[in-house]
Amino acid sequence: MAKPFLSIERLTQQFPDGSGGTMTVFENSTFGVEKGEFVCILGHSGCGKSTIMNILAGLSEPTSGVVKMDGEHVSGPSLDRGVVFQNYSLLPWLTALKNVTFAVAARFPEWTKQQVVEHSTAFLEKVGLTGDAIHRKPSQLSGGMRQRVSIARAFANEPKLLLLDEPFGALDALTRGTIQDELINVWSQTEQTVFMITHDIDEAILLADRILLMTNGPMARVAESVEITIPRPRSRTEIVEHPNYYAIRNHLVQFLGQRSKELAGDSSGGSDERPETVHIDKTTPLREERARETPPLRAINE
Amino acid sequence: MIRPSDMRSSVLSLAILLSLLVVWQVTTHVPETGPVGVVLSQEQTDGLLAQNMSQEDIDYYASQGVAFTQLNQIAGLNLSRDVIDAAGGIRALGISVPDQNSAPAPGSLFPSPVKVGAELWDTVTDPFYVAGTNDMGYGIQIGYSLLRVIIGYTLAAAVAIPLGFLIGMSPLAYKALDPFIQVLKPISPLAWMPIALFTIGDSELSSLFVIFICSLWPMLTNTAFGVAGVRSDWINVARTHELSTFRTALTVILPAAAPTIVTGMRISIGIAWLVIVAAEMLVGGTGIGYVVWNEWNGLRLDRMIVAILFIGVMGMLLDAAFARLQRAVAYVE
Repeated sequence: MAKPFLSIERLTQQFPDGSGGTMTVFENSTFGVEKGEFVCILGHSGCGKSTIMNILAGLSEPTSGVVKMDGEHVSGPSLDRGVVFQNYSLLPWLTALKNVTFAVAARFPEWTKQQVVEHSTAFLEKVGLTGDAIHRKPSQLSGGMRQRVSIARAFANEPKLLLLDEPFGALDALTRGTIQDELINVWSQTEQTVFMITHDIDEAILLADRILLMTNGPMARVAESVEITIPRPRSRTEIVEHPNYYAIRNHLVQFLGQRSKELAGDSSGGSDERPETVHIDKTTPLREERARETPPLRAINE
Repeated sequence: MIRPSDMRSSVLSLAILLSLLVVWQVTTHVPETGPVGVVLSQEQTDGLLAQNMSQEDIDYYASQGVAFTQLNQIAGLNLSRDVIDAAGGIRALGISVPDQNSAPAPGSLFPSPVKVGAELWDTVTDPFYVAGTNDMGYGIQIGYSLLRVIIGYTLAAAVAIPLGFLIGMSPLAYKALDPFIQVLKPISPLAWMPIALFTIGDSELSSLFVIFICSLWPMLTNTAFGVAGVRSDWINVARTHELSTFRTALTVILPAAAPTIVTGMRISIGIAWLVIVAAEMLVGGTGIGYVVWNEWNGLRLDRMIVAILFIGVMGMLLDAAFARLQRAVAYVE
C-alpha cells in the first residue's frame, strides 16, 4: 500500500498524571491523510485532538511514534505546515494586512515588498476583507473578521498542510456559516491539504472529505474514518436535501453520543490502532442490507 | 477641544495653587519697616512743629521708632534731616534711638513667594549666563545634570535590555542570574558612591556609574518579566513561520514586551533623576543638585527654592516623554 501524503504512525502521547504515574492520552494511533484532502477530526473534549494537532504542527513532540509528510519525518514547526489557532493568534500590534505580510515575508523571503503586499491583499480579499478593514488592528476587528485574517494568513503561505484548530469555536452561528463558506471557497481555489479539529458535526459534514472519529480519553484512539459521500460543491442549504446527509449525520451523532464512550479506554495491546473506514451511501441502497434489517441510519461498508 | 471635566480640574488645580501661595505669602511676609514705629499724639506733633521741625521729618523719625523725648532733643538742635544725616545720623549726635536691627522681625527668614517669583523670573529670563564656576545660569546647571543622566541611563539601557531579553528567554540564565539581581537591586544608589569614588577615582565618572547602576535594575527586571510573559500563542506564530531566534526576538517578542519594557524605562528615568541630584550634592562642582547645596550653604533660600522647582519640572518633563513613548508602543489585545 502506498504511503499517504501525511502519515501518522503509531503515535503515542503520555503525560505525567501528577501522582508519579503516567496518563496515556492516546496510544499507537495510526492514520493517513491524502494530498488535497480535507479531513476533519471529531471527538469529545479531552480526547487529545489538540495534542495531535500540536504534534502535527511540530509545536510539541509525541512520546513515541512518527509523523511523516511527503515521506519526510516531521520534527519541529515548519512553514510547510500552516496553523490557524482557535484564538486567532494575530499579533495585536500589527494591522490585519501586516499580520498577513508578516507571514508571507517569512514564507517568501526573496519577494519584493510590493509582491508581498499584493499577495497578502489578494488572500484577504478571498476571505472577504477589503478596503479600510485591512488597515485596522485586530482589537478594532470583530471576532469573525479576526478569524478571517488568521485564515488568510495561513492560506497566503501556501503550506503543504494546513492545520485548523477549532477555527470557528469562538464565533456565533451566523458568522461561522459565512466564514465556513469562505474557507471552502479558498480551499477549492488552492487545493490545499487541510486537517481540521472541530466540535461541530454539521460543520464537519459540510467541509470535509473524510471525518476521523475519536473515542473518549484517556487512551483515546481514532476509531473510525467516515467518508462524506456528498458531491462537491456543497452548499449548506442543499446538502441537507442529499439522501446521504442524515445517514452520515446520524452515524456521527450516534458515535459521539454513545459509541465514543463504549469504545473508550481499550488498550491497543501494542498493535497499530487503525481507524475503521466507514462508507455510507444511500444513493444506491444495497438489497441485502435491507434484508438484514440493519438500522437504516447506520451502514458500515468496509 | 477642552472638555468640561478638564476645565473643572484645571480650575481646581489653580485654586489649590493660589491658596498655597497665599498661605506661603502670609506666613513668610516681612513688612518693610524695620523697628516698630512710634505713634505721636496731636499735642506732641504740634509741640514739635512749634519748634520748627517739619511734618515730614517728624513722620520719618517716628516711623524709625524714635520716641517723643528724643524727637524733642532733635527738634532742639534745630537742624534739618539732611544736615543731621550729613553729620553721621542722629546717633552720632549723641541721641539714643533704637537700632535698625534690634527690632524683632515679624515673620520668618524663609523667602516669600513674591521674592521667589522675582528670582524665578530672573532665572527664566537669563538661564545661560556664566559669571564664575559657582555662579552659572540654572539652564547650564540643568544641562550638566541632564547630560549625566542621559549618558548613565543610555549605558544602563544598552546593558539592561539585551540582558533582560536573555534572562527572559532562557530559564537557565534567569535562574543563574536571579540571586545576583535580588541582592544588588535593593542597594541604595548612593551606597555605591564610595566604591565608585575609590575604584574609579574620578568624581564625574563616579556619578555616571551611580546613575548607570540605579537605572539598570528596573529596566532589567521589567524587560525580563515582559519577555518571559509574552503569550505562547505569539511565540507559536513565530515558530510556525520558522523565524530565527533573533528575528523572533525582534519582530514578535520586542513589540509584545515593549509596554512592559518602556514601563521599566520610565521607572528608571525617574530614579536616575532622583539620584543625580543626590549624587551631585555629594560630588559637587556642577549640576542642579550641586546648585541646591551651594545655595543652601550661601543661605540664598530663594535661589535654592527656584533650583528645587526646576528639578521638579525637569523630572516631570522626562516622565512625560516616557509616558508618550509608552502610549506609542501600547497595544490592545
